[in-house]
Amino acid sequence: MSKQPERIFVKGNEAVVRGALAARCKCFFGYPITPQNEIPELMSSEMPKSGGEFVQAESEVAAANMLLGAGACGIRAMTSSSSPGISLKQEAISYMAGSNTPAVIVNMNRGGPGLGDIGPAQGDYYQSTRGGGHGDYRLLVLAPATGQEAYDLTIKSFDLAYKYRNPVMILGDAILGQMKEAITPWQPEGIDDEAGRDWALSGAKDREKRLIKSLYLEEGALAGQNKNLQKKYEDMQSYVEYEEFETEDAELVVCAYGSIGRIAKSAVRNLRKQGHKVGLFRPITLYPFPSDALLALAKQGKKFLTIEHNLGQMVDDVRLAIRTVADSDFAPIYPGNLPIPEDIEGPVLEWLEGK
Amino acid sequence: MSRIVIQEDRCKGCLLCTTVCPTQIIAQSDRFNQSGYKVAEVPAEDMEKCTGCTSCALICPDLAIKVYRTPKKKKGDE
Amino acid sequence: MSEQLVFDRPQSVIDRPTHYCPGCHHGVAHRLVGELLDELGVAEDAILVASIGCSVFLYNYLNVDAVEAPHGRAPAVATGVKAARKDKFVFTYQGDGDLASIGMAEVLHAANRGENIAVVFVNNTVYGMTGGQMAPTTLIGQRTTTCPSGRCLEHEGAPIRMTEIIAGLGGATFAARASLNNVKNIRQAKKYLRKAFQCQIEKKGFGFVELLSACPTNWKLNPVDANERIKTEMIPYFPLGVFKDALDEGGAC
Repeated sequence: MSKQPERIFVKGNEAVVRGALAARCKCFFGYPITPQNEIPELMSSEMPKSGGEFVQAESEVAAANMLLGAGACGIRAMTSSSSPGISLKQEAISYMAGSNTPAVIVNMNRGGPGLGDIGPAQGDYYQSTRGGGHGDYRLLVLAPATGQEAYDLTIKSFDLAYKYRNPVMILGDAILGQMKEAITPWQPEGIDDEAGRDWALSGAKDREKRLIKSLYLEEGALAGQNKNLQKKYEDMQSYVEYEEFETEDAELVVCAYGSIGRIAKSAVRNLRKQGHKVGLFRPITLYPFPSDALLALAKQGKKFLTIEHNLGQMVDDVRLAIRTVADSDFAPIYPGNLPIPEDIEGPVLEWLEGK
Repeated sequence: MSRIVIQEDRCKGCLLCTTVCPTQIIAQSDRFNQSGYKVAEVPAEDMEKCTGCTSCALICPDLAIKVYRTPKKKKGDE
Repeated sequence: MSEQLVFDRPQSVIDRPTHYCPGCHHGVAHRLVGELLDELGVAEDAILVASIGCSVFLYNYLNVDAVEAPHGRAPAVATGVKAARKDKFVFTYQGDGDLASIGMAEVLHAANRGENIAVVFVNNTVYGMTGGQMAPTTLIGQRTTTCPSGRCLEHEGAPIRMTEIIAGLGGATFAARASLNNVKNIRQAKKYLRKAFQCQIEKKGFGFVELLSACPTNWKLNPVDANERIKTEMIPYFPLGVFKDALDEGGAC
């Protein structure tokens, strides 16, 4: 009989750290903010054990710029924060996007705007999927719904960052970060620690000097760089992940992501028991958005109700995806409220009654 | 003897070199380079006064000056 | 005996014209940095963190690997570079607008952490690239495009003496101020830079050198008069010398 895989009982924040360590992350730059503090705390003790570097920065601004420095050296590096801190990181994220620097940024989304609260919310969807800082750029955005997914997607985020030479964002929330559950850690094979060998900074010994920059003043240079970025974002479109649950015979498909997607799954189960033909579509990659899969559902004549922990952001992407054949209604869960399945069942039942 | 060579296409005519020459042999010329700067020069007849001290090269912001020095023969040398 | 070339371009400085204005001291500072990279044998290990201002293009003039930092963030980016590549020679090159205003937090904390990096700080009392606006180091009474009747202590506060502040931080190992206005001071500047670079090579921590420099264009002076202004106005307010040297004590930590 084979040995049972090891299970560990951890918060989502710890799952992120375990995933990053499994992915051989070598530098972590942190700054305290609730609800993500377990990430820098655990990194401060774990990073030195694996020969890595942990720095508590003087601000989120500095932490993100340290990330730029480590990424420019082709080292697997990461930072984490929550909404107000992620706003401060946008400067460096824009520079990383503009200079093709790979990096991983974790956002445990909390309530906003402003200081908001320290509870879960999804108000940073636009910020994450539209770039977030100045200029025209995109991040790869991965939205885990469970501790296991937090672990798995963190591992994947480093590979994607280096595959596309682009910043990758893990977009969780306070539910994901703070909830404890069992996960099964695993060790990825074939990690290429030297993935940046052809471009990363290491000192100009026996080769031409290298430059990581986002300033393009020469005639036509910036246009060329933007064209290259556009090509990269087109290439990224092939990488989408999503979960479909009970959609086959569903009349109504609930669209929700992250923790709300997980709660919506419970709601769909409950509603199914009551005989309602509802299903769930949960994007796991928020950028690129799984538009083709949604459109395929729309072409089967299904109706859509998007539910988010905000005032309606992802619903724009849902509508864009299906616009040629259908539309999506929207129901908000207000940031500041901690949602339960009934908060989703309610709007779904309302929709079903009103159809 | 010593001498300097001013790379005229790099000279921006700032004249800082003229202020530090101990023998005051560097002066502004009448020539403009391609960038439109009126370049510094050492008139040929003055070059022998150059001591090779490198002051002009040290203060030149544009690395436009090279300095050559011929060591004097010491007593006992052939 | 045959003639010898006794002064030439250091190998680390690329043979090309610079974009700087006539009499700008960036060229002198670049040369000193290049000479030291060669003399200390660290050019092939060097990673430059360029900052925002006229000197952002330093990476076009030095033959070393480089990364461009956002405005003021060079010490944070350098912290990341050093964390990633501990065996490399990492240094920033920043102006006064970049370092002493928007980048104040980054440089103070990098210094106080005792980051094993070197910071070259070029202080010419104005934002040069953007057209000569008031900087945190602009002298009282100095006219700029954003204090056209002269910096006023009551309105804009006093010019900031960065080297003294850095020297006051427990984590910093070496902090000195030199000037590039005459040959003697330029030679001294190189000695200070050598020490600051030596800090890192000997893994003794944070080395900081402030270089008082001229910006003739934005000072609206010719280069010769600009140099004179450094002597008569800048040095009296920004005294030259070593303000901290813990190098022989094995660093600040």
